[in-house]
Amino acid sequence: MNKSLFLTAFKTTLPVLFGYLPLGMAFGILFNELGFHWGYAALMSTLIYAGAGQFMAVGLLASHAGLVEVAITTLLLNSRHLFYGISLIDKFNACWWRKFYLIFGLTDETYSLLTGTSAPKDKKEIDFYLLITVLNHSYWVIGSILGAILGANLSVNTTGLEFTLPALFMVLAIEQYKVVRESRPFVMATIVGLMSIWLFSRDNMLLMSILLSIILLLLSRGKTKLPKLPAEGVA
Amino acid sequence: MQNSAYLLLFIAVMAVATFITRALPFVVLYKISDHPLLRYLGRYLPPTMMVLLLLYCFRDLRFSALSDGPIELLALTLVVVLHLWRGNALLSIMAGTGLYMYLAQ
Repeated sequence: MNKSLFLTAFKTTLPVLFGYLPLGMAFGILFNELGFHWGYAALMSTLIYAGAGQFMAVGLLASHAGLVEVAITTLLLNSRHLFYGISLIDKFNACWWRKFYLIFGLTDETYSLLTGTSAPKDKKEIDFYLLITVLNHSYWVIGSILGAILGANLSVNTTGLEFTLPALFMVLAIEQYKVVRESRPFVMATIVGLMSIWLFSRDNMLLMSILLSIILLLLSRGKTKLPKLPAEGVA
Repeated sequence: MQNSAYLLLFIAVMAVATFITRALPFVVLYKISDHPLLRYLGRYLPPTMMVLLLLYCFRDLRFSALSDGPIELLALTLVVVLHLWRGNALLSIMAGTGLYMYLAQ
């Protein structure tokens, strides 16, 4: 593996590291309270790899939910991912197992990094994407294992560390603006998002605001010509 | 033993369901990925999503309560100012998080 590419990818994913470690640990600690072996927490984070989904899973496990209910709730909760692929279909140009893994690892944060950053000039985009996905995935798994093993014995005060995630989205929003150079999607999303927080329950807010935004994007399409994209991606 | 069988099935069901939601657009939209409508959404969805995900992080804040929000707003302002000034993503994020942790603790 190319060393400088690895370092660039590692730097790019650092905010996610600081977000996923505490979040993964929070999941591990909650999961630990169910009384299962920590290995299952590791298995879940490795195979499912969905933040909100796994927090919901703890609740479903505690109530011994039926598997059909599990399937339906998961599909609904993760339905926002349906829209992530739209921006990445062209970018995931790789052999089947790489593509499979990139799609599997498409969390909110990975999606943000993949659409908001680009590989160093002389490097292959797809290698950069794979590294980012593998790194993010491993942070999540490591955090979950730490949380499940250490459980409540943890004494480090990590209150507030999870702020790295909103900070990351803020930075990536600015980076997106540098590419798009239009205020319309930002203004619209801010209004829709704030309204959705007010109108919908905390669990439905994200999906509802995505649906509303897509409808508004499509409705306002007629007036704008799609400008030519500048060179690939963002800085 | 029955419990761990349930848990393993549970994990399998969730893993498959999660993967389906991530893979569906690649399977369904693959052939029409050149369609202008998809190119339009592909361009404007990322900026829209960044804003929505950002707001999603603050979904538990009640904007009616005065005690809620100032810390978040302050830290977020630092992130924006630093990022517009220096353009160093890592610096902006770390400084903002540091300030937030300091204020929150």
